Amino acid sequence: MGKSEKKKKIGNELSFAKAITKGDIFTKLSAPIFGLGCFVRGQIARGIILLGFEVLFIWYMINYGLYWVSMLPSLGLEVPAKEYDSFYDQYVTVYHDNSFKILLYGVLTLFLIAAAVYTLVTSVKMSYAAEIKKKNGQKIDKFKDDLKSLVDEKFYKTLLSLPVLGIFLFSFLPIVFMILVAFTNYDGAHDGYITGLFHWVGFDNFKTLFSSNGGTGSYFKIFMGILGWTIVWAILATFTNYILGILVAMMINKKGIRFKKLWRTILVMTIAIPQFISLMYVSKMFDKTGLINGLLLKLGWVTAPIDFWGTPLYARILVVVINIWIGIPYMMLIATGILMNIPTDLYESARIDGANPFQQFRYITMPYMLFVTAPYLLTSFTGNMNNFGVIYFLTGGGPGNSKATAVGGGVGHTDLLITWLFKLTQGTEASYYMASVIGIVIFVIVSTITLIVYNGLGSNKNEGDFA
Amino acid sequence: MNEKQGLGMSAKRTISNTIIYIILVLMSIIWLAPFFCIVFQSFRTESTWQVGYVIPQKWGLDNYKELLNSSFVDWYKNTFLIALVVCVLQTIIVLCMSYTLSRFRFKMRNFLMRFMLVLGLFPGILGIIILYRVLADMGLTKSNAVFGLILVYCASSGMGYYISKGFFDTIPMSLDEAARIDGATRLQVFIQMILPLAKPIVIYTILTAFLGPWGDYVFAKFVAFNEPSGMNTAVGLFTWLAPDAIGRKYTMFCAGGVVVAIPVTLLFLFLQKYYVEGVTGGAVKG
Repeated sequence: MGKSEKKKKIGNELSFAKAITKGDIFTKLSAPIFGLGCFVRGQIARGIILLGFEVLFIWYMINYGLYWVSMLPSLGLEVPAKEYDSFYDQYVTVYHDNSFKILLYGVLTLFLIAAAVYTLVTSVKMSYAAEIKKKNGQKIDKFKDDLKSLVDEKFYKTLLSLPVLGIFLFSFLPIVFMILVAFTNYDGAHDGYITGLFHWVGFDNFKTLFSSNGGTGSYFKIFMGILGWTIVWAILATFTNYILGILVAMMINKKGIRFKKLWRTILVMTIAIPQFISLMYVSKMFDKTGLINGLLLKLGWVTAPIDFWGTPLYARILVVVINIWIGIPYMMLIATGILMNIPTDLYESARIDGANPFQQFRYITMPYMLFVTAPYLLTSFTGNMNNFGVIYFLTGGGPGNSKATAVGGGVGHTDLLITWLFKLTQGTEASYYMASVIGIVIFVIVSTITLIVYNGLGSNKNEGDFA
Repeated sequence: MNEKQGLGMSAKRTISNTIIYIILVLMSIIWLAPFFCIVFQSFRTESTWQVGYVIPQKWGLDNYKELLNSSFVDWYKNTFLIALVVCVLQTIIVLCMSYTLSRFRFKMRNFLMRFMLVLGLFPGILGIIILYRVLADMGLTKSNAVFGLILVYCASSGMGYYISKGFFDTIPMSLDEAARIDGATRLQVFIQMILPLAKPIVIYTILTAFLGPWGDYVFAKFVAFNEPSGMNTAVGLFTWLAPDAIGRKYTMFCAGGVVVAIPVTLLFLFLQKYYVEGVTGGAVKG
């Protein structure tokens, strides 16, 4: 124990500045020649890994990296052109620079350079640590010890390396790339290679989104319309499910109600069925020729089929109602567990004080639920803002908005920002830059809400626990 | 007086319970009706398009037989393969991630968690544009979409660590420490002690990892890129509801939906207990 504490102390004291100024010549030379210090101190395997990384890095930079990075500011110069091919004896289209790859590999190379700098610092620090240990007559860790610590003290490194690498490459990098795309003109007509190069345009895309040129059909008007509906939808979807789900859970939990397990199982079964099937099927039920209209006609309640999905107001009401159908079982499940935890003496004393069931719900159940499930409410609100599945499978965003002809994607009356974003990435007229701009807007909105609510929650929590 | 009040109370209770029973029965009907309808319509053989009635005039298995001769077989195989592989890999990744973040205190821990939180606030759909082109360069799209999708699903699955980390947090640290003093390495503690204790959350993770790919649409659609042999069931079945296909394929869609839902539903009902535990735990801890 004592030994490892000491080791930690040395590790903490080490700073790159100190190592490079106070270290011996080998430590200093570990900066240009990675791993030199380790070689000298007998840590051969470490030295080989560090040096190997440096050699690979330099080889990569000379052969590829420098090209990608140098092209980043322009995103490619040579456009596709017809050129004479002597072999085939005819003019063929020759593709040169590829903006997409330049942006992708350029960014990747920048990260690689950062990694190289980090390794340089590590190399010097490692050398200095070993140098001090040698001076103090301490044992220097061998490669075997390093490996051993990877399943013990530094087990976290082993466990995290793969998942974090995956997140970096498949979540983080794509998002960095797409943020950058928002500042280019990357779209179907400028795909960076075949249809044409794309280049940097600064804040032009943001200006387009926020410009009100074109009156009621302008980007800004359409965007505000969709944003407004997205927020209305998120509020309705979240709170209808929340309150109704709690009420259903309370009904099933009520003393004297039998077959509790049966009611629960019936509702839970609907969670089990993949949502896309229920949504697609229910969507078709409300078609002009669907089951609901068939039933209404048979009952004689209507004389002509109702065009549920073709009428903006009906479509909007229906998606909220169907979302209740989808969402209540989840909320019922969550609420059931929590309701059982509410101390029963709270209700008893309320009853003695003459509180009716509604007052009990209003003043005991709801505050308790809100307190316990506040984080869930937040994630469910932001989740509903981005609820792609329900909208896309039910209406596909429709009915179409005839005013929104000037903007891309074919916007409809039930489109959320997220479904609009998706539509903008489809087809040959895809406008990837606009999709990216909207993605950034969604991020700003969601993170603002999250921050505000979390700060609010923080102050609540400090006031102490409920009850 | 006392007796009278007692009678009044119980009468009141009977009325309110009756109302609740009526509501619950109505709800059960509303919640189950679509599923009965889809099953009935999947056996309809007199026509393949949408009709306004539920009970078929002619019953038969034609739609199911037809499924076997369509691309549906490919879609089903794809989805099943993806679900199996993702279920194994994602479970391993999520458990490693959540155990580490629950048990270890290291320099980058807070940064890492905040980093993933912020990353999670971006709409995930955004990244697919670039992922599609990268996968296309690697040849992992269209008919090879299965491998591309497995890669994408697994690679970013570390982000979903919240719920199982919350569970690991409830297992006392003193258990780890006691085992460590007895000379066990961290690896041994994790595999021999913590994992058996965490059985419910391990099953929850497996279940959700298996169910996830069954319902994914956006990524699967991008990666399959209109190539039928690379689609999963969600993307494939959706093509049958397109305006030009629905007249010929509607009843087959119903049959396909039933075939997709059955194994998933059975698995879910079988492991319901663990799912409920995970969902409620996750909601409370946030």
